[in-house]
Amino acid sequence: MSKESLSPAQQGANSVRTHLVLGIIGFVMVFPFIWQLVISLSTNDQVMSVPPTFWPGDLQWGNFVDVFTKLPFFDQFGVSVGITVIRVIGQVVLCSMAGYAFARMRFRGRGVFLAVILSILMVPPQVYLIPQFQIIQNLGLLNTFIGIALPGIFSAFGVFLMRQIFLGLPLELEEAARLDGANPFQIFYKIMLPLATPGISALVIITTLWSWNDLLWPLVVTTYAEKMPVSAGLATLAGSITTDYPVMMAASVLAMAPVLILFIILQRRVVEGLAFSGSK
Amino acid sequence: MTLRTGSTTEESRAPAAVPPVRPAPKKKQKNFDGYWPWLFVLPTLLGVLGFYIWPIIQTGYLSFTETGPFGGEEFIGLDNYQTMLADGNVGQALINTLVYTVIVLAGIPIALLMANLVNQPGLKFASFYRVLFFMPYIAMPTAVALVWRMIYNGDFGILNWLLSLVGIDGPYWTSTPGFAIVSVGIVGMWASLGFGIIILGAALKNISPEYYEAAQLDGATKWKQFTAITVPLVTPSLFFVTIISVINGFQLFDLLYAIMGQYNPALVQSQSLVYIFYNQAFIQNDKGYAAAIGMLILVVIGIVTFFQFRMQKKWVNYV
Repeated sequence: MSKESLSPAQQGANSVRTHLVLGIIGFVMVFPFIWQLVISLSTNDQVMSVPPTFWPGDLQWGNFVDVFTKLPFFDQFGVSVGITVIRVIGQVVLCSMAGYAFARMRFRGRGVFLAVILSILMVPPQVYLIPQFQIIQNLGLLNTFIGIALPGIFSAFGVFLMRQIFLGLPLELEEAARLDGANPFQIFYKIMLPLATPGISALVIITTLWSWNDLLWPLVVTTYAEKMPVSAGLATLAGSITTDYPVMMAASVLAMAPVLILFIILQRRVVEGLAFSGSK
Repeated sequence: MTLRTGSTTEESRAPAAVPPVRPAPKKKQKNFDGYWPWLFVLPTLLGVLGFYIWPIIQTGYLSFTETGPFGGEEFIGLDNYQTMLADGNVGQALINTLVYTVIVLAGIPIALLMANLVNQPGLKFASFYRVLFFMPYIAMPTAVALVWRMIYNGDFGILNWLLSLVGIDGPYWTSTPGFAIVSVGIVGMWASLGFGIIILGAALKNISPEYYEAAQLDGATKWKQFTAITVPLVTPSLFFVTIISVINGFQLFDLLYAIMGQYNPALVQSQSLVYIFYNQAFIQNDKGYAAAIGMLILVVIGIVTFFQFRMQKKWVNYV
């Protein structure tokens, strides 16, 4: 996008009309978030007023304090962070190793094992959810964050993604290292892994998003509110009859904030990562 | 998704014919890479076998059983499947899931238009607009659902207030059968636009600007350029987005669960397949029946995806 040579079409791109259209669409897309913030800073009476209160005037920051004092939000937030960290680290380590082996190593049964792993990509989660629950139950891991995190540290998608990355890297580097007497782990760790950074960052982004937002599985393996991640905690709160809407909105703001802030900071990377995984 | 194993082995065996560069390559092939590959693959392989493959087989078995009152399974043959086929709620859930999926699919053309708008060369503030467009896709569905509940609220929701300005008396969106699934569908569409914009945006960037320059010389309007150049050239990505949207559409759970809540009077008429599955498996504790519903979801997604691939030839252009 060199600014010196703007063709007529490119100048047309910045017409008032284009920006007006984009602005309106953008506003529609983010309106629910704005509305969420407005409600989270209102009183319950204002929320239930007709016509709606567009600006609460006296901002009720206390609602955000209530999230921590009236709800087990602090514990839930910790669970969300915990399971996400475990899953991200687990997937990066396991998927990059398996992906590398499937891309570059020779061993008996390679094709079959890869096909077995990838076959689960075709299967909707409902087909393995019940026995997964029973396994976690038998291991005594219900209501623990290891139990919530566990099946999700293995990922067929991650293996596939990392394998594609390693297949795309040049062979020469490995050959050279092998001649220098490096063992396969050293070649993988010191030479190939650093080159796979774009794939790893895509995997980190996708796993973080999925793990943070996931609802069904945590809902299944947790029963105590303080053992749930934020997603399940919020869903349970929504199901209950409580009508303290502003506190509920404040909780939902806090629940989505970490991921949204990360996204806004790392916007280009996130978009590239998601597009990248989609093109594979 | 081709498994390149075959070709790689052939390539690596080929040097045997030419003067050997490394000593005895053939023997080395037989030894493969020793135990190293197992070190790399085994953790994932065991995890996948234990936490996925075995459970898949187990679910297949469970679907032919009934969970006894004190746990334990009793083999009952095809009973669960017979019950399921006669179960009006399952039929309704299938219809609801399809309605939801169709609404989400209707968002794809909108996503393409939005991607086209925001990817115009030289557009200022493009990354700002992108943040606005992607936020619904990144945000936690459960949290987003709670806001939409407020917007849809029949008594004091802002949507009904807006409608009242033009003289329409809005319904109780999320607790009226029929309206409820459509309301959830609209949120689903809004939330998944970002995915389409990302994938289609990447495809748009790959279109050579020369096509547009040539079209411009021929006097083609913007709209003509969009329909005659852009759309045909992004059909492979449109196909991909369609496939993924259908698969995700069939997974409808989070939004429905959080928008409607568990005590909603319209819930029975508005359930999705995954919701029924969850309810049977973990609330009613009828694991056998739930397993059968799980198998139904597998089969339906399989059939729909199969037909999408069959119809692909009719509209997807691979250059």
